[in-house]
Amino acid sequence: MWDYTEKVKEHFYNPRNTGPLEGANATGDVGSISCGDALRLMLKVDPVTEIIQDAHFQTFGCGSAIASSSALTEMVKGMTLDEAKQISNQDIADFLDGLPPEKMHCSVMGREALHAAIANYRGEEWSDDHEEGALVCKCFAVDSQMIEDTIRANKLSTVEEVTNYTKAGGGCSTCHEPIEEILTKVMAERGETFVPAGAKKAKPAVAEAAPAKLGTLARIRKIEEVIAAVRPTLLADRGDIELVDIEGKNILVNLSGACSGCQMEAATLAGIQTKMIEALGEFVRVVPAAKAQAHACASHAHGG
Amino acid sequence: MSTPTPIYLDNNATTACDPKVVEAMLPYFTEQFGNASSMHSFGNKVGVALKAARTKVQKLLGAEFDSEIVFTSCGTESDSTAILSALKAQPDRKEIITTVVEHPAVLSLCEQLEKEGYTIHRLKVDNKGGLNLDDYAKVLSDKVAVVSVMWANNETGTYFPVVEMAEMANAAGVLFHTDAVQAVGKIDINLAATKIDMLSVSGHKLHAPKGIGVLYVRRAVRFRPLLRGGHQERGRRAGTENAPSIIGLGVAAELAMEAMEHERTYVKALRDKLEAGILAVVPHAFVTGNPDNRLPNTANIAFEYIEGEAILMLLNKQGIAASSGSACTSGSLEPSHVMRAMGIPYTAAHGTVRFSLSRYTTEEEIERVITAVPPIVAQLRKLSPYWGENGPVADPEKAFAPAYA
Ligand SMILES: Cc1ncc(COP(=O)(O)O)c(C=O)c1O
Ligand code: FES
Repeated sequence: MWDYTEKVKEHFYNPRNTGPLEGANATGDVGSISCGDALRLMLKVDPVTEIIQDAHFQTFGCGSAIASSSALTEMVKGMTLDEAKQISNQDIADFLDGLPPEKMHCSVMGREALHAAIANYRGEEWSDDHEEGALVCKCFAVDSQMIEDTIRANKLSTVEEVTNYTKAGGGCSTCHEPIEEILTKVMAERGETFVPAGAKKAKPAVAEAAPAKLGTLARIRKIEEVIAAVRPTLLADRGDIELVDIEGKNILVNLSGACSGCQMEAATLAGIQTKMIEALGEFVRVVPAAKAQAHACASHAHGG
Repeated sequence: MSTPTPIYLDNNATTACDPKVVEAMLPYFTEQFGNASSMHSFGNKVGVALKAARTKVQKLLGAEFDSEIVFTSCGTESDSTAILSALKAQPDRKEIITTVVEHPAVLSLCEQLEKEGYTIHRLKVDNKGGLNLDDYAKVLSDKVAVVSVMWANNETGTYFPVVEMAEMANAAGVLFHTDAVQAVGKIDINLAATKIDMLSVSGHKLHAPKGIGVLYVRRAVRFRPLLRGGHQERGRRAGTENAPSIIGLGVAAELAMEAMEHERTYVKALRDKLEAGILAVVPHAFVTGNPDNRLPNTANIAFEYIEGEAILMLLNKQGIAASSGSACTSGSLEPSHVMRAMGIPYTAAHGTVRFSLSRYTTEEEIERVITAVPPIVAQLRKLSPYWGENGPVADPEKAFAPAYA
């Protein structure tokens, strides 16, 4: 059984705003019966203020598809169309205290239905730019289509590059085999052969490239530099990092915000650690300063 | 709110260990912890108990010799061992015959072997899940290393004619393996009277523990082990025996034989009652697979225009456990490969629910399920854009018109 949050279950068992909507003047249909989920969003929009006065849905789909639809109708009521347009699929997932990675596409469908309905109201053409494949990387919810497209667009040829571009493979690493298969396929299209990292994977010995051992002050500077360098990425993901202390080989940091799951956090830390090791030319560990805090965060993400 | 007493109708996924099985196992965790290979009395008693368990499994399968029974760690290991052994033992043969509806334990392995250069013939099924034996005869040749065809399908319960297919393979000089994980313990099997060369069993489907399996290997069939090491299982499966589980499986085999008649009559009657009860009141629902040729315990019903996971969640709320072939329950985008192979339309394939009974299932439980299902289906259909006031909207694929295809 999926690890659904209480909020998801509650919205599934008691969906709000179901069935056809009397006086609806905007309708968005997305999905299809063959894909296993389909959603119709109906809005009643005040023609003067463009405020959404009422919203209903009809959904064919799983528990989280129904819960996402229900959540969406609650979220948009009272918003103007322009405000509603700002809702991201992550907002829908957040409203439900999170969705399992395999189910994030349910929230994507919600956002698409909303955009389709707004386009319908405004008499615009709306077209879906997003095609979905099977979920490959569970840690970061990346599907095969996304990986394929990215490999093709950027002529990628290693798993590491795929991780850098899409995040896929950057966590527990168990999805490396399917990523290698996608690489093999897409590279074959452009007449190349995928060469597994093999020996390369054994990582060039750190010492080889390492600068001479740093003095204490230089070392602290370097550590601060690395932290400063990774902050923008974290901020973009609505997170942050702060250096707390340096205890020999242990670099203590505070991670906050976008802790959308313990695996995500572990992956972030692992990435920063790799950068630290490269910059310092020695082995160090990047660890959360407040383990207790990290745990509270993880259990919140899973929400029971 | 009081939680209703749970009703477990997911016995094709796994079964509860029979209390008698557990009781028989317990001493082998404590006082009888010895290694059967050891030259002292700690090990000796275990060795005797293992031998007794082997005999019981031999009886359940109707095997001629107890040395044809090889204990493994699960059904999946048995399947892999059988297929890989056939390939290793006959390096000149590069083809495998199987079907499109096998369990992933066989299908995924075959996909991998295909990448490694083997040719896989996957026999198609008709809309009731049946095979065309002429198609089969056409691909049987001396290039084929092994045929691997399941005895009963885990989703629909539908049987394949494995006894007949084994005869055909034998006549063509080809090894025949069957994944009988769902069949063993539910129906009479008498391997000695067949031409089946290898057969897979999984303990947890017949009230033994998880993590124990059997591969039957007919005497004189050329065999290459998957795991090499010590001389356990006569060198055919190295690794210290999982003594408690093997002994548990022995007891489970004995109990299954005692319950076979009950399974064939009572359990089947309950299954039929369940199906009839649901289909009598729920419109746009039908049984998948072949109703006249299947396991006595399995009912797989497709409910059109709604999605399986949603049905399971609402059933679960009432304490009823079942499973579904919907895409959403597996996290993939496609509904079950078995449903697609039978050509079940998408309008129904996403809404299939499997109820699998056991000898513990009671009539009262079945009655509760018959009462519970119709309102759940109605509730979800009310939410579905494909469902109107009293039935599916006219031409559902058109009435619901997304902005993109
Ligand atoms: C037909 C079939 N084959 C193989 C297996 C795998 O058995 P096990 O779980 O013991 O590896 C199963 C069980 O899921 C099954 O139903
Ligand atoms: S599943 Fe991709 S890194 Fe964990």
